[in-house]
Amino acid sequence: MYNFNYHQAKNVDEAAKLVSGVEEGKLMAGGMTLIPTLKQRLAKPSDIVDLGKIADLKGIKKDGNNIVIGAMTRHFDVANSDVVKSAIPGLAGLAGHIGDPAVRNRGTIGGSIANNDPAADYPSAVVALNATIITNKRKIAADDFFKGLFETALEPNEIITAVSFPIPEKSHYMKFPNPASRYAIVGVYVAKTGNNVRVGVTGAGPVVFRQKDMEAALAKSFTPEAIKDIKQADNGLNSDIHASAEYRAHLVNVMARRAVQGCG
Amino acid sequence: MPTVTITVNGKPETREVENRTLLVQFLRENLGLTGTHVGCDTSQCGACVVNIDGYSAKSCTMLATQVNGSSVTTIEGLAKGDQLHPMQEAFRENHGLQCGFCTPGMVMSAIDLLRVNPKPNERQIREWLEGNICRCTGYHNIVKAIAACAEGQAKA
Repeated sequence: MYNFNYHQAKNVDEAAKLVSGVEEGKLMAGGMTLIPTLKQRLAKPSDIVDLGKIADLKGIKKDGNNIVIGAMTRHFDVANSDVVKSAIPGLAGLAGHIGDPAVRNRGTIGGSIANNDPAADYPSAVVALNATIITNKRKIAADDFFKGLFETALEPNEIITAVSFPIPEKSHYMKFPNPASRYAIVGVYVAKTGNNVRVGVTGAGPVVFRQKDMEAALAKSFTPEAIKDIKQADNGLNSDIHASAEYRAHLVNVMARRAVQGCG
Repeated sequence: MPTVTITVNGKPETREVENRTLLVQFLRENLGLTGTHVGCDTSQCGACVVNIDGYSAKSCTMLATQVNGSSVTTIEGLAKGDQLHPMQEAFRENHGLQCGFCTPGMVMSAIDLLRVNPKPNERQIREWLEGNICRCTGYHNIVKAIAACAEGQAKA
């Protein structure tokens, strides 16, 4: 690992100032991706600004028909939150299967979303639940947030402060995890509110996407059978040693059906 | 170089470290506490699991500076003199180890499981150990050891 300057920010304003006032600043949330990236020398920031001590960024609350989760809330806390478990059990279930227990004790929702790993779990829920990403500058709709491979709508000194999830009627997440890393080879989050159904797919492509053919079919009939014959095109999907694009395309349908089933 | 103070196994330890010093390096190289192992060095195997302010974490994926001011418990901090921690005793009783490389992480992780879930069933134990890899394929006795420890604590 190359060396770097290290700063512990006291609040979001200070963090934004620190990260923009240096040669190549990088924000660190739980560090569960950033530190491995540094160890592999895939990144060489001049300065790291640690958000770990900013208490305001942690916590979960119900605000009207929304569950608002602070950016530095750990996966463990989302998975075990009574508020999340009762309002959006699918989201608690997703958080409880990210990585492994020790990773869930450090990794955060804000870090996961800002990093936008193509195989991360959270982006599928953010998209399917039509969440709003709240930053120190503005509010960003889920559909406008995830731009491409590890790319988001965030500006260099823009910091996620919270994510607001509208409470759905029902929702569920199913993933086919890589057995070693537990990252999603394919993960599908299905959310239903009235006649509105959204299907977020992670792991399959370079960035999370909505499966709109399935959404339309599920809006008419919310059953696994309704999407049985909807084939996911494999062009543009990820292909690597873990799974071919064709296999991932097949898994999208299987995981989507199981997610619908899981909605109960 | 920055100075960090980390309470390790109850004793405050102050050292100068580089910003890039990992917690596991701090423990092993600065303090000589080599019970915490580096296996994969990619946060997958769990040989480096320690307890930080009450929860388990992978010390190969944390900076020493991040835990400045925190309390860390390592495998060396579990026994009281000659008296093993109940989890260590359970691993010994149930032959929960072969080569022993993964054992410190397994024990630290298992203790955290019982903190979160004092009466886990077998499936919950196996799921919890997703982040701890044993190359001797000794999971069966590890699971038995954790179940026995949980049972012993429930009786106590």
